[in-house]
Formats: sequence, C-alpha cells, structure tokens
Amino acid sequence: MNQGIDLQRSFVELLTGAGLPQEVARAFWLPLPMVVILAVVTVAVLLAIWGERKWAADMQQRIGPNIVGMAGFLQGVVDAIKLIVKEDIIPRKADPWLFTIGPILVLIPAFFAYLVVPFGQNLIISDLTIGVFFLVALGSVAPIGALMAGYSSNNKYALLGGLRAAAQSISYEIPLALSVLSVVIMTGSLSTIAVVEAQNTYGMLSWNVFKPIVGQVGFVVFLISALAETERAPFDLPEAESELVQGHHTEYSGMKFALFYLAEYANLVLGSLMATILFLGGWGFFVPVETLAGWLGVDLLNPVFQLFAAFLGIVITVLKSTIFVFLAILARWTLPRVRIDQLLDLGWKFLLPIGLVNLLLTAAFRLAFPGIFGGV
Amino acid sequence: MFVLSGYDYLLVFLLVSALVPLIALGLSAVFRPKIVSAFRKSTYESGIEPRGDSWIQFNIRYYMFALVFVIFDIETVFLYPWAVAFDKVGLLAFIEALIFIAILVIGLVYAWRKGALEWT
Repeated sequence: MNQGIDLQRSFVELLTGAGLPQEVARAFWLPLPMVVILAVVTVAVLLAIWGERKWAADMQQRIGPNIVGMAGFLQGVVDAIKLIVKEDIIPRKADPWLFTIGPILVLIPAFFAYLVVPFGQNLIISDLTIGVFFLVALGSVAPIGALMAGYSSNNKYALLGGLRAAAQSISYEIPLALSVLSVVIMTGSLSTIAVVEAQNTYGMLSWNVFKPIVGQVGFVVFLISALAETERAPFDLPEAESELVQGHHTEYSGMKFALFYLAEYANLVLGSLMATILFLGGWGFFVPVETLAGWLGVDLLNPVFQLFAAFLGIVITVLKSTIFVFLAILARWTLPRVRIDQLLDLGWKFLLPIGLVNLLLTAAFRLAFPGIFGGV
Repeated sequence: MFVLSGYDYLLVFLLVSALVPLIALGLSAVFRPKIVSAFRKSTYESGIEPRGDSWIQFNIRYYMFALVFVIFDIETVFLYPWAVAFDKVGLLAFIEALIFIAILVIGLVYAWRKGALEWT
C-alpha cells in the first residue's frame, strides 16, 4: 500500500536539523494541524453560509448578499463582527450558567469531531483506531447542549424546541449508527483511514455506495438520518420558525447566537465529510493511485507525484463533500417541513427496521461473497 | 506517555476546540456594549406580556421514545465490536447476532403494538 507523504516526519526532521531536540520539535508540530483544520473549517462554514444565501436568493428570485466583497462573499465575516459587538442579553428569569454553557456545549463537539476527519493518507489530526465510533458518539453530545439552552431560557418556545431537538436527535441516531455499522462490517475496522483505504483498492468500483443493494440502501438511510441530525429543513422542527419562533435559540443574541449558528454549519460540513468518507471513498480518485501513477508515467514514490497525489486528495474530498452540502441546501429550500409525528414515524417505523435489515443483509453478503463486500 | 497512540492529540484538540467558543465569548465581552434595561431582559413571548413560568410539570410526549432509544442505543454499542471482528468470527457470530437482533425486534414490535411509537 502506498504510504503517502509524511508531513510530521519531514517537519520534525526540519526542526531537529535546525538544532532543536526531538521533543521540542514534536511539541511544535502538535498544535499545527489542529490550527490548520480549525481555520479550514471556519472558512468552509463561511463558504457554506454564503453559498446557501446566494442559492436561496436565486431560488426565490432575489439577489442575495452582493455588497461586501466580490458577489457578497465577505458578508459572513461582516455578520460575525456584527454579532461580536452586539449586546448580550440573558433573560431575567433564565438560569445564567446553563444559558451560557448551552451554546458552548453545542459548538465543542462540532469542532472536536474534525479530529478524525481525513483529507488524505496522512492528512488527519489523529488516526484514532475508533474514529467512526468517535464521530457517532460525539453526535449525541450536541442535543444535551440544545436541551440545556431550551430549558435554561425559561421560555415556552425554547423549552419545546429543546425537547424536540433532543427527541429528533435520539430518533435518528440509531438508523445513523446502523448504516455506519454496515460500513464497519465491510471494512472490518473503525479507523476512518482504514474505511477510506478499503474503498480505494479498485478505484471507484469499490466505493461503499457502489456495493450492490446494501451500499445504496445504507447510503440513503445515512443521508436522511444525517440530515435529520443536523436539524436542517425539512427536519428543522426544533427551530420551526412558524410555530416556535426560533426554538431553543429564541432568547439568544449576539455571540451566543453566533455559536449556535457556527455549530449548525460546522455540523453540516461535518456530515458531508462523513458521507464522503463512509460511502464515497474519501480522498480516493476514480482510479487507484497506482494506476494514476502508471498513466502519468512516474514512479509511485516520486516526491513530486506524492505531493500532487496529496493535493489531489484534498481537492477530491472537498469536491465530494461540496456535493452533499449543496444537496442539503437544495433540500432545505425545496422541501416543506415534515410534521412531528411524520418525523418520528420516519425514524422509528421506517428507517430503523430498514437499517436493521440492511445491517444483517450486509453481514450475510459479507459471509457469502467476501470478495465483493470488503477484503478477503 | 500514552498507552494508546494518537490520544495525546485527542486531549490537546479537545482543549483547542473548547478554547474556540471561550475566546469568542471573551472577545465579545470586551467589545459589546453593556446596557442595563429591565424590559430587554423580560422573556420573549411574541410581543405580549409573558404569562406564567415554563418550568412547570407537563407531559413530555417523547418520554416513551427516550425509553425505546436507550434499548436500541445499547444494542448498537454491542454491535460495534461484533462488526469490527466480523471477518474473523464468521458464521457463528452471525447467527448469534441474528438471535440478539431478533430479541430486540420483538421488543420493537411490542412497543409498536402497544402504541409507544404513536404521536397522539
């Protein structure tokens, strides 16, 4: 298997070459990928917000943001600055501590989950051996924050919104976990890197979404549950503005509201990346990287080609996940909101049984045709 | 230092991602105006005078869903190791998981027939 470039080793070697001890060089390296990832996520969130506003405007025959920056591109930055200098209101009847912790608790998992999102062979902060499980587990922390925010506001709309957020999140967590489990069966590992590598042995054909039957069913179950987990339309019941004003962030203003907003889009981008990693082969090109090297007529271990392959991997990951971001935006602006009983029915009576059957089918297929459904 | 590789990054990244909202709130605390107004701090209720408290006892309809959720969430946790080791344990584990899931499906059918999954 191709090892790819090892940025960490090169960086540490560079610093030890300059006369620094090994531990100091490693300590310098430690926060570097994290800061880079956080910056990338923030930019991705700004882009997603801008893309959503522009496209929504197009669909409603408006112009959308067009003053700040090219085609209103910097509108998100200006909005962020506005929210920073805005007055912070904590309602008199609210519980000030829970009211403050709520948005923080929603945002932390949204960023923390990027720990195990790979953009390339070694372009990951930390390849935990339980990466996929970690992602699913973190998904269940945010609703506690939403519930906290809803309860502490001491506002009827907020309380109902918080309860709905929690109920919705727990209803769709199980179908999500089941569809992820079928991917785990096909991979035999929980590491996100291993999941992507298992999908790229034969190029595009071994992507999980192209596995006969179970791949497509799992993919659809995953997409619907992930969309419901991010609490966006058509599943935006917790903040249904025509019934609950703004749900659990009714009472929030200024920076605390901005934290909720940031978390929503960070989760959207995260969900898109998860779909890419689990089903669309992550950074993988349409052909295996060995074949690509053969076409270009260069050696696989050629450093320039390695750099090119790493760059291509990042571009492909971003492109694939952009598809899902746009799919979510398209769903939000074209589909009507579902009713709460429809939402619960869809989760419990439809996606859950399908997810269970799909999981067992994957296991059976894996036993019957081990060659097609992951490894030997 | 760490028994499991990669978990030093996990700790540091948890701190880094916890710093993001704290820095944002701190920044905002420096720049935002501090206006004391009794009216602004009243609870929002679509413009009318707020009536009563929202910290009251009422029937939370998601209660049954939460109970069923606990069962199935634990089920998925049990299935993770099974899924990871599936290619090594083979047919026997498949039949065991089949029995395990069948028991849970009976539970789901029971809850369904009893109307626990109905929104009424």
